[in-house]
Amino acid sequence: MRTWIFWLVAAAVVAGIFGLTRFVTNDYFFFAAYVVLQYVVMATAWNILGGYTGYVNFGTAGFYALGAYSSVVLHKLFEPPMVVLILAGGLVSGAVGLGTGYLTLRLKGVFFAIATLALAIVLETLVTNWDYVGGSRGVYIIRPAAAPFFQGGYIQYLFLVMLILAGMAVCVARSIEHSKLGYGLATIRDDELAAETSGVPTLKLKLIATVLSGALMGMAGAPLPYYITYLDPSSAFNLALAVNSIAMPLVGGTVNWIGPVLGAVFLATVQQLATVTISSALNLLFVGVILVGFVVIAPNGIIGWFGRGKRRRQG
Amino acid sequence: MGVTLDLFLNAVTAGLLLGGFYAAVSVGVAISFGMLDIANLAHPAFIILGAFVAYILNDRFGLDPILAGILALPAFYLLGTVIYRVYYYSFERRGEEALRGLAFFFGILFITEVALILVFGVDYRFVTAGYIGPSLHFGDVDLPMRMVVPFAVSLTMVGALQLFLSRSFIGRAILAVSQDSLALKLMAINPTRIKSIAFALSISTAALAGSCLIIIQPIEPSIGREYIGRVFAICVMGGMGSFPGMVTAAMLLGVIESLTATFYGPSWSPAVAFGFLLLTLAFRPAGIMGR
Repeated sequence: MRTWIFWLVAAAVVAGIFGLTRFVTNDYFFFAAYVVLQYVVMATAWNILGGYTGYVNFGTAGFYALGAYSSVVLHKLFEPPMVVLILAGGLVSGAVGLGTGYLTLRLKGVFFAIATLALAIVLETLVTNWDYVGGSRGVYIIRPAAAPFFQGGYIQYLFLVMLILAGMAVCVARSIEHSKLGYGLATIRDDELAAETSGVPTLKLKLIATVLSGALMGMAGAPLPYYITYLDPSSAFNLALAVNSIAMPLVGGTVNWIGPVLGAVFLATVQQLATVTISSALNLLFVGVILVGFVVIAPNGIIGWFGRGKRRRQG
Repeated sequence: MGVTLDLFLNAVTAGLLLGGFYAAVSVGVAISFGMLDIANLAHPAFIILGAFVAYILNDRFGLDPILAGILALPAFYLLGTVIYRVYYYSFERRGEEALRGLAFFFGILFITEVALILVFGVDYRFVTAGYIGPSLHFGDVDLPMRMVVPFAVSLTMVGALQLFLSRSFIGRAILAVSQDSLALKLMAINPTRIKSIAFALSISTAALAGSCLIIIQPIEPSIGREYIGRVFAICVMGGMGSFPGMVTAAMLLGVIESLTATFYGPSWSPAVAFGFLLLTLAFRPAGIMGR
């Protein structure tokens, strides 16, 4: 399928899903669906670097929280429209991705992984110590009274925003897969040394992937303050989010865009149901066990079961 | 806050003591990551597990926390063997340790933490022992015993491991496997068996490091995450597998963190380790004492 046709199909699917939800009257549905869609964005973003390039980002919660807190800052300054918040979140997270990547991506992948893990902890330290955004006490955000161009509750508007973001993230991932960039990233994943010697500009491609992936995570975090209306460091630097956005692509399959979407929809829906029916701590344990179980037993994820998505070479 | 000499001296001393303890926390990772090339992200979680074992033995039976740590060594050794088995068969043998191996340890870290939260809750736990509380005094400098004991235990442990690695047959085999495992195979020694022993040793250090941790400060399950940045920063800065380098790096980080905590406030100290890690990775990836 040509890339532009894919974008059209994705737009149609987004419009279709939105059309169907017009018949839903229960607001809780939108709260839950927002979370699921947010995970689609996070998992897809993680997979651009993790799945396509083979570099593990453990600091997903850090990038996400950067988006959320840049929204808080902008909201306190002049309450810009949602688009500006999302773009700003993407910009900030992308820039931090660029910086971290520039310092650590020249080394073995494991150093990048450790640096991102530490990055999330340090960002949390910085935010906890920064009184302007509420520090450790957290900050209350008052939503605009009504959503722009939109009839219905504000949560439905947020749902639409996240739906469009998810559609965009998937399209970006799909476009990368079938582009020069995507093939370059695949060579890095399969054999970085060989790629480097054949003239693939590995550092540049890795940096592009890191920036794109980080920016998408920041964009996913940007609407968060309006979603929960009270933001504190422990909800922005959410441990469950960090684990989920890594577990989802690995459970779904990392070779193409379908894997993260499958993994996100599967794990997030199960968790939404489990949080309501069982308990939230037990449900986190469950995600951890599924993650370890999948990487040990089913390395190709769910799409591996259907014979698709086999790696061309072990990476 | 004014910078006075005795405040400065006290901060440096506290930093050196803290650094000694950091050596105990990092020695396991120096073995697993530095020598065996296994990025065991879950090591801090095992340290917290060790601290909780010390807590239970101290709380129920009144055992000394250090003694509890020593008693827990065999159990942690066994745990290490089991984890290495799974790691070897699932990742190392298939050559997939990069992406999935990391995710595996991340998952273990997470499971351990959540399981501890489910069992113990998020309350801070502490141990009781005669040496928690009193201090030694040398002029203006205070040496709190709850720092001195972990410092001594830690350096003894690192020293003993260094002796073991340089003098015993198995120890030398571990050093050999970190340099060239094919050559070891040609010498008719099974590198997997040696690596299994080394990895189990690295996990068992977590038992003692954990009992040192709970002597120094009250603990709750999620503080392990603060140590991830620290242990890897120390390990990389120390030149990966080198113990003298690691101890130096640990002391350096301890002193800098302690100075930061004294003059800027303790809530900033997690950021110090990360700054250190980034600077090391960017400018001196071979470590301060690296080859």
